[in-house]
Amino acid sequence: MKAFTYERPGSAAEAAAAAVRTPGAKFIAGGTNLLDLMKLQIETPTHLVDVNNIGLDRIEPTDQGGLRIGALVRNTDLAADPRIRRDYGVLSRAIVSGASGQLRNKATTAGNLLQRTRCPYFYDTDMPCNKRAPGSGCAAIGGLNANHAILGASEACIATHPSDMAVAMRALDANVETVAPSGASRSIPIADLHRLPGKTPHVETMLEPGELIAAVTLPKPRGGVQLYRKVRERASYAFATVSVALIAKIEEGRVTVDRLAFGGLAHKPWRVEQAERAVAGSDAAADSIADIVLAGARPAEQNAYKLPLVRRTLSATLEHAREGASR
Amino acid sequence: MIGAGINRIDGPLKVTGRAAYSYERQDAGQPFYGFIRGAAIGKGKIAGIDTAEAEAAPGVRLVLTHRNVPKQGAFVNKPTIFDRPHPQLTSDRIEYFGEPVAFVVADTFERARAAAALVKVTYAREDGAFDLANHADRAEPQATLSIGLPGETRFGDLEAAMSAGPVTIDQTYTTPYHFSQPMEPHACLADWRDDHLTVYLATQTVAQNRIALAETLGLAADQVTVDAAFVGGGFGSKLYLHAEAVLAALAARELAHPVKVALTRRQVFTLTGHRPEMIHRVRLAATSDGQLTGLGHDVNLQAAVAEPWIEQAATVARSLYAAPNRLTRHSITNLDLKAAEAVRGPGELPGLLAFETAMDELANALDVDPVELRLKNDTAIDPELGVPLNGRRLADCLREGAKRFGWGQRPKTPGSRREGDHLVGYGMAVGIRMHFQGATGAVVRIDPDGRVIVRSDTPDIGTGTYTIAGQIAAEALGIGVNRVTVQLAHSDFPPSAGAGGSWGASNLSIAIDLACQKIRNKIVEAAGPGAAPNDILADVGRWFPEGVEATGQTIGQADDPNFKNYSQNTYGAAFAEVAVDIATGEVRLRRMTGVFAAGRIINAKTARSQLMGGMIWGVSSALHEAAHVDPRHGNWVNGDLAEYLMPVHADIPAIETVLLDDYDEHANHLGIKGVGELGVCGTGAAVSNAVFNATGIRVRDFPITLSKLLSGLPPMRTAA
Repeated sequence: MKAFTYERPGSAAEAAAAAVRTPGAKFIAGGTNLLDLMKLQIETPTHLVDVNNIGLDRIEPTDQGGLRIGALVRNTDLAADPRIRRDYGVLSRAIVSGASGQLRNKATTAGNLLQRTRCPYFYDTDMPCNKRAPGSGCAAIGGLNANHAILGASEACIATHPSDMAVAMRALDANVETVAPSGASRSIPIADLHRLPGKTPHVETMLEPGELIAAVTLPKPRGGVQLYRKVRERASYAFATVSVALIAKIEEGRVTVDRLAFGGLAHKPWRVEQAERAVAGSDAAADSIADIVLAGARPAEQNAYKLPLVRRTLSATLEHAREGASR
Repeated sequence: MIGAGINRIDGPLKVTGRAAYSYERQDAGQPFYGFIRGAAIGKGKIAGIDTAEAEAAPGVRLVLTHRNVPKQGAFVNKPTIFDRPHPQLTSDRIEYFGEPVAFVVADTFERARAAAALVKVTYAREDGAFDLANHADRAEPQATLSIGLPGETRFGDLEAAMSAGPVTIDQTYTTPYHFSQPMEPHACLADWRDDHLTVYLATQTVAQNRIALAETLGLAADQVTVDAAFVGGGFGSKLYLHAEAVLAALAARELAHPVKVALTRRQVFTLTGHRPEMIHRVRLAATSDGQLTGLGHDVNLQAAVAEPWIEQAATVARSLYAAPNRLTRHSITNLDLKAAEAVRGPGELPGLLAFETAMDELANALDVDPVELRLKNDTAIDPELGVPLNGRRLADCLREGAKRFGWGQRPKTPGSRREGDHLVGYGMAVGIRMHFQGATGAVVRIDPDGRVIVRSDTPDIGTGTYTIAGQIAAEALGIGVNRVTVQLAHSDFPPSAGAGGSWGASNLSIAIDLACQKIRNKIVEAAGPGAAPNDILADVGRWFPEGVEATGQTIGQADDPNFKNYSQNTYGAAFAEVAVDIATGEVRLRRMTGVFAAGRIINAKTARSQLMGGMIWGVSSALHEAAHVDPRHGNWVNGDLAEYLMPVHADIPAIETVLLDDYDEHANHLGIKGVGELGVCGTGAAVSNAVFNATGIRVRDFPITLSKLLSGLPPMRTAA
C-alpha cells in the first residue's frame, strides 16, 4: 500500500470539492472493494475522501411516488427495507444474492454501483490488463474466460460487471443523482452510468472527476411479479454466470414481460428494450426474447455455454413468474 | 477417557485470542517485516534487477536478491522429504511463476510491501510447458513413489481380462490442481541472537523443518530452535520448508534483528505446494454378475524436475477389491510449474474420485446396485500383498451407511426422479486410506506436586492433538485430564514424525502410553514387590521426591512386524443426495452420510470434526475446486479465495458422520489408527455418482461445473 492522506468531509458538496483538490484522490465508503485493490496495489490513491460522514444514508419517498436511496445506505439495509421488499422485490432479491452478509453490511449503494470488475487478470498485477494498465493488452482473451462477457465486449476487454444490485436497478429504470465539485447536481439514467469497454475499458462510468453519487432514485412502483434469478457455481459468495431480473404481469396464466435485464453477460447490466417491446402484451416465450437479446453475442473461447444458459434460465424464470413463485 | 468427546483443552485459549500463532508471537521483541516479491514470468532469466529505489524507500532495512543473498546449502532430494533444504534467491533462473526474486525487509509491513513493488525487474522470458494435457506425451513411468511404494504393480494379465470381458469399463478421468489453503497463511518469525536461530514457524514437522532450515543456512541442527505451538491448519502444505521461513531466517541473521514474514493469500498459491493435475485411465473387467476379473489404474501427473512429488493416486485400488488381473502404474510429466506437494488425502482423494466413479460406471453397465457390487468384491486378504487386511470393516460401513441413508429409496434409473425444478439423485462410493506409522518420541514427567507434563515435538495443527495427548496420558495414569499439561511442537522436545499423513495422533498416543507404562513400572519397582499403585500421583510424591520422568518411543513402520504381517488401512462408505437444477445445471448437495472404520477413536468430537471437514472437502473435489494455470504464462489464474471456489456454508446441508468405534489389535497396542484424511476418501465420488444418478450425465473431468452438464439436460420449453 502506498502512503496516502485522508480526510472526512461533512457534506456531499465538500466531498466532491475535496476529491478534485488533490490529484489522485478517491472516495471511500464501505471500502469493500477499494481496500482490497489498495492492498494489491491495483488502486494507489494519494488521498482518500471518506464519505461516511456526509449523511445521505436514508431511503425517502419522492414527489413522483418513488423512492430516493441515499448513496450511503448499506446494501443490507436497502434489501431489508419494507418499502423495497414490497414494491421493488427484484431489487431486494438481487442484493441478497450478492456477496456475503458481512460484505453487504459494509457495502453502500453508490459503492456497489462503482465496484471494479472481478476479472481474475485484472486482479493479477503480473498480467496484462487494459483496465488496470491501459495499452498492456487483455490477458483474458485467449486465456481463461469461462465467466467473461458475451455481449458488448471489445478487443480491449471482455470483463463483466459484478453487481447484482445494478442489474435490478437497470430493470427498474433507476436514476443516479450526482453532485459535481462545482456543487452542480445532475440526474443520470442508470443505463448511461456504466460504459461499454470499447478502446478505453479503464473508463468504467460517465462520471466526471470528483463527481459524487448522492442518491439513486426509483420511479414509482411498477407492480407485477418481480424475480431475480442468479445462476452460479456455488450457493453463495460467487459471481453470476448469468442472472435475470424480471418484472412481469400475469393475467389468466399469460406472462407478459414488463422489464427484463441480465447480469453476468456484459461490461454493464444488460437490458434490451427492443426485446421487451417485441413481446409486449404477448405470452412471453424465452426464445423470441433471447433471439433478440443474444443477436450480437460474441462468446470467447470458454463461455459459449452462456448462450444456452441464458435461454434456459430465462425460460425457467418466466415459468416461475407464471406459477407466481418467488425466488 | 479414551473415546470421550471432550472439548479441546486449548479451546479457551483459541476463542479468547490468547493462543499465539507464529506471526503473532511477541517473544522476540519488535521485529522487522519482510515481503516477498515474486517473478512475473513462468520460465526464463532475470535480465536486470534494480533495487536502488526500494532500498531508498522509507523504513527499508534490507533488500535481498540473487546478487547479494548469503551463501546457502544446496537443495538435496532426500527421501525423507520434509527435511530437504530449500535455498532461496539462488540464481537468476526462474523455474516457476511467482518464484521469489527479491525480499524486502522494513520496519512495517506496509513499507516492506510498498518497497517490494519498487524493485525493478526485467526478464528474459523463455517458452515454458505449462499444460499437462498438451504435454502428456512426455509422461515418464515411475518405479517408486514419493512415499516409497512401488510405482507399478502387476498381477495376472489385465489386457486379457479386458478382452475376455464380458463387461468392461475403460475410461479417462481428469482431476485438477488443488491447494490446501489453510486459514493461517504460512508465516515465520525468525530471531537470531548469540549464534542461535529461533523460528516461530507455522509447520507440520518440527524436527524435519529444523534440519531443513539448519542445512539451508549452513548451521548445525542444535543452532536452530523451532517452535510451532499453535498452527492454523496445514493439510499437507506446511510439511515442507518454504520461502517465508528461509528468507525470514536469512534476514534476521543479516540484520541481527528479528524478522517476520507471512505469505499473502495470493502467495499461498504461488509459494507453497499444490496437488498435481492428473490424467487417470481406469479399466475394469467383470463377469456378468459383477465379479471383478481385472482392474487397472494408470495415472499421469504433473511434476517439476527440481523436486518430483509422485503422488500415490493409482494405489487406491491395490487393497480395495479382489480381482486376479491387476495393473496400477504412475507416470509423471515434468512441466515448468512449482513442484507439487502433499495436499489433504494425497493419492486417495484424486485416485478414489476417479476409481470409484469408474466402479459406479461398472455398476450401471451391469445394472447391479452399486452397494452390492462393492460387497461382492470385498476381500479379507490384501489382493496384492497377500496378508490380512486388519480392521477391514468395509462391508459394515456399506451396510450401516445404506441403512442410515435410506439407500433403498434410490432412483434405480438415472435421470428419472424429478422434484419441482430439480433432478434428484443418490450416489455412493467407498473410501480406503493407508494407515502409516512413523518414529515418534514423547516424554512424560510427573512432578512431586502431582503435575503431569507431556511433551513431544508433534504439532497440533488444529486437529485436537493437545486434547488427545492429554486423554491418552490421563487414561494411562488413571488420572483426570485436567491434571495433564501438554506441551507440543518445540524442537527441545522428543522428535516426532510430525502432523501429517493422518499419523500424528496414533504415533504420539503410542509414545505417550509407552512412557506412562514406564513410569508405572518405575513406581512399582520403587514401591517394592506386591505394590499396586492406584493413586499414582501420591505414589510419586512418596517415592520420587524429585519427580519421575520417562520417554516413550513409537517405532517406524519399517521396524514394526504389524506392518509386514498385515495390510494397514482405514475404511469408509459415503452416501450423497444431490439436486441438479434442470434449467441451469447447478448442482447442490442435499444431504450426505459417511460411515467410517478407523480402529479405536480417541476423541469422538475431534474425530467427527476431522471426518466432517474431510467429507466437505470431498464435496468440493466433486463440484467446486480447481486451480487453473494459464497455459501461455504458467501463472495460477484464480489465485484468490473469491475465484478458487470451495463450498461455503450455504453449500453444505446436514452431514451425518458415523464412526464404527472399534479396537484394531493388529494396528498397535492401543488399537488406534489414523482418522484425519479418511473423510476425503471416496466422498467426492459419492457426489459425482449422485450427479450421474440425478441426470444420467457422466462427467469425467472434475470438478462437475454447470457448463459440463448443460448440453445433456432435458430440453426446456423456450418457445411459445
